[in-house]
Amino acid sequence: MSQLQAQLQSGKFVVTGEIGPPKGTNIGPVIHEAEEFLKGRVVAVNVTDIQTAVMRTGSMVGCKLLLDHGIEPVFQMVCRDRNRLALQSDLLSGAVLGIENVLALTGDHVVMGDHRDAKPVYDLDSVGLLAAMTRLEAGSDMGCDFKGNPNTLDGVPKFFKGCCTTPCSPDPEAQIIKLEKKLAAGAQFVQTQAVYDPATFEKFMKRIAHLKIPILVGIVVLKSAGMAKYMNRSVPGVQVPEAIIKELSAAPKDGLKKVAAEIAGRLVREMKGMCQGAHLMTLGWDDVVPDILAHAGMAQ
Amino acid sequence: MNATTRKPNDEIVKSLEGVGKVFVLGCQGCPIGCETGGEPWARDMTAALSAAGKQVTGSALLDMICNKAIVGIKLGRVIDKVAAAEAILVGSCGVGVQAVGNMVGRLAVPAMNTICMGDYQGLWPSSERCAECGDCLLAHTGGLCPITLCAKSLVNGQCGGTGYDNSCEVSKERPCGWHMIYERLRSLGRLDDMRKLQAARDYRKRDITEANRRTIRWALEMSEQPAPAPAAAPPAAKKS
Repeated sequence: MSQLQAQLQSGKFVVTGEIGPPKGTNIGPVIHEAEEFLKGRVVAVNVTDIQTAVMRTGSMVGCKLLLDHGIEPVFQMVCRDRNRLALQSDLLSGAVLGIENVLALTGDHVVMGDHRDAKPVYDLDSVGLLAAMTRLEAGSDMGCDFKGNPNTLDGVPKFFKGCCTTPCSPDPEAQIIKLEKKLAAGAQFVQTQAVYDPATFEKFMKRIAHLKIPILVGIVVLKSAGMAKYMNRSVPGVQVPEAIIKELSAAPKDGLKKVAAEIAGRLVREMKGMCQGAHLMTLGWDDVVPDILAHAGMAQ
Repeated sequence: MNATTRKPNDEIVKSLEGVGKVFVLGCQGCPIGCETGGEPWARDMTAALSAAGKQVTGSALLDMICNKAIVGIKLGRVIDKVAAAEAILVGSCGVGVQAVGNMVGRLAVPAMNTICMGDYQGLWPSSERCAECGDCLLAHTGGLCPITLCAKSLVNGQCGGTGYDNSCEVSKERPCGWHMIYERLRSLGRLDDMRKLQAARDYRKRDITEANRRTIRWALEMSEQPAPAPAAAPPAAKKS
């Protein structure tokens, strides 16, 4: 059982971090930062999968390098780039490498990224990917032999299966219906899209009280007022309140990291009682994680 | 060539779960050529639905369901029977099913799978589009196609990319298809349709069937192809 699963089962409030592999082969600095700032402070670290459809080094190799450095990974998998054969194959490969936590995502459309002329795949959706994992764990796969009988795996993987939801979506009901389907397909934990409004999050949590699944509230560290405004304009399902934008505007340029950590830490503290954990997306600012945890009252 | 195959009757009956009264509407355009539609189909459907305990409020066959004027005029004559139904079973390509669903404000349920349209999107001067996926899902999505309306062709609901204005993440000018489906199902009182887990698509269903290749329409379409070049004359037999 992964540490993430064990700690969530024990009822402990958990924190996860996130790294993004580079565009190129120079992955050393990212792994080094994870070792210096995240190891021992967070229970697991997500490795993004060609995030925002910008081509880069893959998630699986990042997960393997984290494992080699004693850090538990969360293997993010999007449905945009692989069909069901490749997705299932990569799940088996990940399991061989010792990866247990997998986060199933639809994935941003290719036109959001830097290869806009590429063919989007979406053979499976996030619900289908979770169902595929559940099938693999049962010792079979999505295919069948020539007689139509289910295939049998030689060696069966075990995953801790995660998914995403958007608590501040304009259509919470539609999001909740999809989340229910993800649970039915096998999801065991949720890491949410970024939340900056504890009141909206509390309402969402009340609406999903019937779902027995641990929720880790997502927080993207806001690096500047400009970034917050950009998110409000362009990132679906994310709303940064005006008060937070003002805080960031008032911060001196060399004090932005300090203010960013204060804001993120405060959000974790305010939402700690509403959910089972927090997922910190630092977008390269891994060094602010210790400060965030201190402000959240969780410093070790 | 706009080719359809008939969905199995039990799949059709299952997709009408919870629906008591059904109007049967068939297209007399392409499905006639494909030998999937027409009068025999309407009789068969009426019998199958009755056998499943459904009340068939009436049936009609229209020349081209993808033509707005024809649908409006002909359905106007049987509007009472259409209005008395909770759902309309439509025997046509995916364009026809969506067109009827948009026109009559009732759940439109497909009786056929569309496998090939050759980019022919019918005579309907509107936005209904069919991607010839061969496994029509319109029964579960309020008659709005998730394959064409969703930029990612998702089958289990919206992704996280829906904007606050309910636009799609790929373009502000494109509405989120799944938001449209959600709104339609909510207005039809059928949100439970969205809760059904949809299995991964079976891409084999897109293939043209042997039965389709044997239809008159297929033969007519193929006869428009240029005749094959005459075979080269056989080499003269060698004189011994």
